[in-house]
Amino acid sequence: MMHPYFIIIPLCTAFLITFIAGKNDRIAIVLSLLATSIMLAIALVIYPGLNDRCLVYEMGNWPLPFGIALVLDSFSGFMLVVVLLLAVTSLLYSMPYLEMVGRDWKYYALFMLMLAGMCGVVLTGDIFNLFVFMEIGLLAAFALVAFGCQAEEYEASFKYAVMGTVSSTLILFGIAILYSSTSTLTMAKIAALLPDLSPKVVWGAGALLLAGFGLKSAIMPFHAWLPDAHSSAPAPISAMLSGVLIKALGIYVLVRLFYNVFGAPQLFMQIFVLLGLLSIIIGVLLAIAQWDMKRLLAYHSISQVGYIILGIGLGTPLAILGAVYHLFNHALFKGLLFYNAGAVEVALGTRNLKRMGNLIRALPIASHTSMVASLSIAGIPPFNGFFSKLIIIIAAIQADRPIAALIAMIGSILTLASFMKVQRYGFRGERAIDKVMPVGWGMNAAMIILALLCVLSSLMIVPGIKEIVLDPVVTVIAGKTHYIQLVLGR
Amino acid sequence: MNSGMTIIVKTVTRITVWMILLYGIYIILHGHLTPGGGFAGGVVLALALLNVLLAYGRSYTFQWLRLPWLEHVESASALLYLVVGLLGILWGGTFFYNFISKGSLYHLLSAGTLPILNIIIGLKVALSLFLVVWVLAEARTSKGDAA
Amino acid sequence: MTLYLLCFALFLVGLYGVIAKRDLIKIILSMGILGYAVNLFLVLVGYRQGGHYPILEGQNPVPVMVDPLPQALVLTSIVIELGSTAMVVALAIRLFQKYQTFDISKIRRLRG
Repeated sequence: MMHPYFIIIPLCTAFLITFIAGKNDRIAIVLSLLATSIMLAIALVIYPGLNDRCLVYEMGNWPLPFGIALVLDSFSGFMLVVVLLLAVTSLLYSMPYLEMVGRDWKYYALFMLMLAGMCGVVLTGDIFNLFVFMEIGLLAAFALVAFGCQAEEYEASFKYAVMGTVSSTLILFGIAILYSSTSTLTMAKIAALLPDLSPKVVWGAGALLLAGFGLKSAIMPFHAWLPDAHSSAPAPISAMLSGVLIKALGIYVLVRLFYNVFGAPQLFMQIFVLLGLLSIIIGVLLAIAQWDMKRLLAYHSISQVGYIILGIGLGTPLAILGAVYHLFNHALFKGLLFYNAGAVEVALGTRNLKRMGNLIRALPIASHTSMVASLSIAGIPPFNGFFSKLIIIIAAIQADRPIAALIAMIGSILTLASFMKVQRYGFRGERAIDKVMPVGWGMNAAMIILALLCVLSSLMIVPGIKEIVLDPVVTVIAGKTHYIQLVLGR
Repeated sequence: MNSGMTIIVKTVTRITVWMILLYGIYIILHGHLTPGGGFAGGVVLALALLNVLLAYGRSYTFQWLRLPWLEHVESASALLYLVVGLLGILWGGTFFYNFISKGSLYHLLSAGTLPILNIIIGLKVALSLFLVVWVLAEARTSKGDAA
Repeated sequence: MTLYLLCFALFLVGLYGVIAKRDLIKIILSMGILGYAVNLFLVLVGYRQGGHYPILEGQNPVPVMVDPLPQALVLTSIVIELGSTAMVVALAIRLFQKYQTFDISKIRRLRG
């Protein structure tokens, strides 16, 4: 039973850093990198063994409807792997990046707290505990967005903090309604009691929770904070926020609640499809007009999250497969793109595409990996993004939604257009640039690792690997309220 | 500005601060028997410390309370909390297992690890709250720092 | 029922403040009001008509008890609110240092 260690290790590291690493950054770096690598190793070892099992860990030996339980099933394990994979590369990237911005051990402590929050949200089986971990992760994220101490960063962080707090309040309201009608906070128990109650409970609580977690995952009408926060943060943090935070705190919880607890009510599925399509098309239209590279990438996060939400809303096993696969892919290539943008920012001191030029000679690794990432996000065949988008589009056609499929395709084409712009102006422009600031080896290593994973993860759809990696997750999600038996009836 | 408030405030504070601290400790120690506990008691402790800060001013307070020491105790208390949870794994097999004998109901020394956790939380809350208010009060809001 | 409606009115007051006010400090206060409304709702959820406070006294059990769990939740959410308020206040102080104003319509360097 390894689950509590995913929460103990990051929390312990965070407080150890504040306790012993004060004024010594090297210890902080070593500790946090070591802790994250150990967690990633544990997650990778555990994940293949999970399959259809669901490991329940009762904290303090309190039996389930009364105590708090940590629930580890394939979906949680999958999210853990994604989160920790990006966290390791992000820490690798942070070492040289922070040396340029100004090294600080507080960064690593906050990073570990954010990681603890995300791992906790993914693991917990108790809805209020989920809220608490979410707040831990969010508070650390607010501080990390403002870490550069510039006026714009404070502004973005304040906006993010106000939005985050309002959405948390909405979520707490939703939790209160669920508690008032079921008298329990264990998610599986709530799911078991809900069918006997009036559907108004699901509608009321569902609307509040959808708004709350929609704000966290920046689906279209709730997206306003994302471009500011994600483009102002330091590059490794942008990668964490865009790559995994909006997924662990937003999409994961939406799926867990609306599939495993509410049993995928038709009304909300329709809303998901609608919001997903809206996000895809408007996100990409806003992105294509941007000249600030990180802001462009941030708008693309909205658009790509739209694909995941569309897949979730369609609700067929194939669509869920596409959504889960796209979630993994998006974490990889969006993380990589933010690393590229950070490398360019370090090297040239600008994020404006108009002031970049031909960087192939000056930054070979960043420009080549950015090509891989751009092709992945735009959905060009050998790369991972192609397969996940293709699956979602096929699922939309199979579900008899040709218009949804068409919009998803248009979104993909516009994504390609906007990344041609990035490549044309940002990395392969006419003006050759030779003299730049050097980029540290940690940054290059992080970019190479993610680029390799971008190529390799297109193998995840090959029969044989798909059964091990993706299918258990789809089984958990598509099993809907089968979750109740898995958690309670052991 | 470092001299603090008038002699009346200083005298009253000197007398009352110990009572407030005692009340906070009482709330913390009885956390498992009555309403209150680590957080509520910790807030009372923090307010006592803030009283001293307000009445006597910054320089005098930090002769009395060592700031780096406070920071160390604050992060150590979080670690201690985790250590108690980990001891639960060692003895009982699960995180935060209540491994000490529960004792008999309504006794001060009962409820296993709960009083220990309450004391740790009280320490953490008191010091964190004090440090947060102190850090916020330190910030300069005058002109001349505009970007 | 009246209590629930009043609680909801408080919630709307907070929401109005967050959306419509332009002063950073007023926005922070509105966020506090929003939080209090939800806390109040949670306490109301746990209230039982004529209920006893949820503490065991002696050996005889109390017939009707107020639900203690929402009170624990409220305590937790107050702690969280304390943390996020401290965070937001710190940000507001830093914003004032940079912009010399608390007016949110003048704090606009990010756009697009």
